[in-house]
Amino acid sequence: MGFLHEFLQQMVNGLSLGSIYALLALGYTMVYGIVKLINFAHGDILMLGAFGGFFVLAAYGVTPLTFVLALLVGMIVCAVVGIVIEKTCYKPLRNAPRINALITAIGVSIFIENGARVVKVIGPNPKEFPTFKTVNFPIGDVNISQIQIIVFVVSIALMFLLTYIVNHTKLGKAMRAVSFDRPAAYLMGINVDWIISFTFALGSALAAAAGILFASAYPQVEPYMGIIPGLKAFVAAVLGGIGSIPGAMLGGFIMGIAETLTKGFISSQLADAIAFGILILILVVKPSGILGKNVSEKV
Amino acid sequence: MLKNRLLLAGIILVLVFSLISGCNESKTIKIGTIQPISGQVSAYGIQTRDAIAMAIEEINANGGVLGKKLELIVEDDEASPEKTTNAFKKLTAKDKVVAIIGALTSKCTLAITKEAQAKKVVLITSSSTNDTVTDAGEFIFRACYNDSFQGQVNAKFAYETLKARRAAILYDITNDYSKGLMSNFKAKFEELGGQIVAIESYSTGDKDFNAQLTKIKASQPEVLFIPDYYSTISLIAKQVRGQGMTIPMMGGDGWDEITNNAGDEVIGCYYSNHYSPDSDDEDVKAFVTKFREKYNITPNALAALGYDAAYILADAIEKAGSLDPVKIQQAMMETDKKMVTGYIRFNEKRNPVKSAVMLKVVKGADGKLTTEYAGTVNP
Amino acid sequence: MKKNIANGLTLAAIAVVFTGILAALVYIGVIDEYTAQILTLAGINIIVALSLNLISGFTGQLALGHAGFMAVGAYTTAVCIMKFNFPMLLAILTSGLVTAVFGLIIGFPTLRLRGDYLAIVTLGFGEIIRVIMINLEQITGGAAGLKGIPSFTEDILLAPALSMLWVFSVMIITIILMSNLIKSSYGRAVLSVREDEIAANSMGINVFYYKMYAFTISAFIAGVGGGLYAPFFGYLNPTMFNFLKSVDFLVIVVLGGMGSITGTVIAGFVLTYLQEFLRFLRDYRLVIYPLLLIFIMLFRPSGLMGNREISILALWQRLFKSDRTQSKVDKAGERQ
Repeated sequence: MGFLHEFLQQMVNGLSLGSIYALLALGYTMVYGIVKLINFAHGDILMLGAFGGFFVLAAYGVTPLTFVLALLVGMIVCAVVGIVIEKTCYKPLRNAPRINALITAIGVSIFIENGARVVKVIGPNPKEFPTFKTVNFPIGDVNISQIQIIVFVVSIALMFLLTYIVNHTKLGKAMRAVSFDRPAAYLMGINVDWIISFTFALGSALAAAAGILFASAYPQVEPYMGIIPGLKAFVAAVLGGIGSIPGAMLGGFIMGIAETLTKGFISSQLADAIAFGILILILVVKPSGILGKNVSEKV
Repeated sequence: MLKNRLLLAGIILVLVFSLISGCNESKTIKIGTIQPISGQVSAYGIQTRDAIAMAIEEINANGGVLGKKLELIVEDDEASPEKTTNAFKKLTAKDKVVAIIGALTSKCTLAITKEAQAKKVVLITSSSTNDTVTDAGEFIFRACYNDSFQGQVNAKFAYETLKARRAAILYDITNDYSKGLMSNFKAKFEELGGQIVAIESYSTGDKDFNAQLTKIKASQPEVLFIPDYYSTISLIAKQVRGQGMTIPMMGGDGWDEITNNAGDEVIGCYYSNHYSPDSDDEDVKAFVTKFREKYNITPNALAALGYDAAYILADAIEKAGSLDPVKIQQAMMETDKKMVTGYIRFNEKRNPVKSAVMLKVVKGADGKLTTEYAGTVNP
Repeated sequence: MKKNIANGLTLAAIAVVFTGILAALVYIGVIDEYTAQILTLAGINIIVALSLNLISGFTGQLALGHAGFMAVGAYTTAVCIMKFNFPMLLAILTSGLVTAVFGLIIGFPTLRLRGDYLAIVTLGFGEIIRVIMINLEQITGGAAGLKGIPSFTEDILLAPALSMLWVFSVMIITIILMSNLIKSSYGRAVLSVREDEIAANSMGINVFYYKMYAFTISAFIAGVGGGLYAPFFGYLNPTMFNFLKSVDFLVIVVLGGMGSITGTVIAGFVLTYLQEFLRFLRDYRLVIYPLLLIFIMLFRPSGLMGNREISILALWQRLFKSDRTQSKVDKAGERQ
């Protein structure tokens, strides 16, 4: 096995991982774009989505049909959870100092994690996630498993769907308007509260899908599983330019590839450090991210 | 008015003093145990606590120790060294226990060994396998074998029984247990004449091992040694097979309970353990039956070790004939008895000298995974 | 001005006497070793929580990596004592300085920007510092931890009292320094940054400079807190400084009131004690803490104390001189 082959193999691993980060980063970026809040609980929504899928697959077995069902159930449940969190915890603080909203977000995140640990049906111990039997498709020397393909295809499809919603529907237009200037959007007759809730629902549904894909690729679910992907997806969102939807996708793929290449060619220990190295670097060099726009402060 | 108050104060004083003096002449012998009842490894902590409690109950039912009943005081350490230290202070300063069983994880035990030694408190840990745990001094004992022995056992088994000459290792660099096993496996395997073709690492909580496994596969090993806990193993095993590697995997006692927590990928893999619940041994059978009856669950190796630790301690107190820690310590050193996890004697470093069991994961008749005895490796 | 000094001196004198009595009670055994342990631990928690309050409560920048700063301080002290034979005081000061340097490095790229990058970068720092500690095995003992760190004294009978004396003294110094800092022009500038960055900027206050100033001092104090932690426990393990530890400090600050020194001190004692007392709650504690955070933010964002303080001197005057100098007291009260 030569260097080139190993490099290609790591690229395949990276693309698969990156598409999950991209899905998750989309949620961060949309929420940040619309309410300027880092939703720390986003990674934990991923965990809830994965458990949603887990219960469906555990009950009905793994077939392509149940997998789609698991995706749907996970996404719907998490969309509802997203709305509930937004309505109960974030909405009352929309005009409070930002640090208060951030602390609440941290609180929500820890509450979901540890709440899941004490709930009987989830519990603290890792559970095996039911998934397809691995089938490998060797292309030359490079091995691609069908799970990697599923992960990649499903996330790309969801990203297209999201792009369509945001760019070509009335709802999407309203979302962009609220994100651009909330008071003006309100004056134009847009139901701002509803749009914000919808954004949370959309972001959470994507996180749930990411969770189920993540759990299919790394078949284990446990309450703390969302923390690290959540952090990395946040870095991906900042890297791509927070608030920018194509930026989040780009950032996600870059993060995924950077991580597997670091693991493969430098040191697996550095994989997490690299993520934050990238964050610091981007904050120093171009805080607005790769595809983000520089916005001047308004008084 | 004043008189009444004085009287009341006097009564309270008398009551308090009688209470205090009553405490001093306690009718029980207090044993403390520090276990992670909550937190990351609570599943282990709870079973160990239950096993210790069961042992104490048995001992009390058989007349207790030195004519007195044993009283178990359980403290939760949440698997945090800080909380362990607090619990240790509580047990020694407030409860004034005679000896302590604990803690469960090595990092927690290491946080209290120095003080236990300085205060002359007999401490026996049931399951802290880190080599340096007993270094603090003569009052620190353990009921399990240590990491270096377990690493060597696996190396010996891989080289002699599996006839492997090329081994790869994948270990958790953030976990001292995993690291200890890794270095000792490596040393022994190379000493025997084998070759370690790849050593890769990851951190606790990692989910994606494909990058490391790609490298390992490229080095063409005949056996893969993964010293970690079962939850991670089940994840790694899937990815190992996903990469198309069919070589056997091996591990240490952290694999205990793998059969309930992994898929068919682990069939044909081996791990070392302290005991096998399916053993024909009389002591093991009695212990397993009783534990199942009481708690409705098959005891894992840590439970067996906790049970043994309680008996080692109780026997030593009985033999010492007093609650003097120095005498108890001497009696502990003279332990020489067949127990659930094997024949126990302590060496000069207060580590038990006992053999390890190698188990093989197989598919049982009922279609579920189970283990099969694959050999005993002696020290 | 004179009054400030008098206030400070009185406070210091009362505190010294109080600490001395407490330590003596521990030494003669009236306060048992376990209680002493909890009180001392509370002292360390308060020191670190105060440092967090400086950056999050007074400056309005959320930081989530104070356990990481503590880790830097703790390991620095341990290494200074064990490898270089530094005297205790020098080792602890060094750990504060080293941590402050880390604060500078992290603060520089993040505090330039508006937005909440500090929260996420400090969170990342807290995680990475653990990885670094684990990998620097020669220095830190790696994942197995660092054993045998010398205590404040090797005399086992004296150790609890002396630890408490050290920690409480540092805690009192921190309280006095911080309350003076807040009252200084620097402190006022820092507060203005919290209230409105843009307004502060247009008033000629260098927002970046003051944020860096507060953050570096915060890191220094957290490092000192960590520096006390090492000899107090005698054993360090990278997992002792995880994210949940940072959250513990955040809960103390939020419960006590962001921007209240007194609140942090009270909440620090109460929560540290409750953690021991509420063991029976087991894992539920980890559910109650975040709920506490959420509910305080939703219903009483000012915490127990808001940004009010209790001043011992004002209390003293109110109790004993209330008849004669009523008008003076009122003025003093306004100023608090």
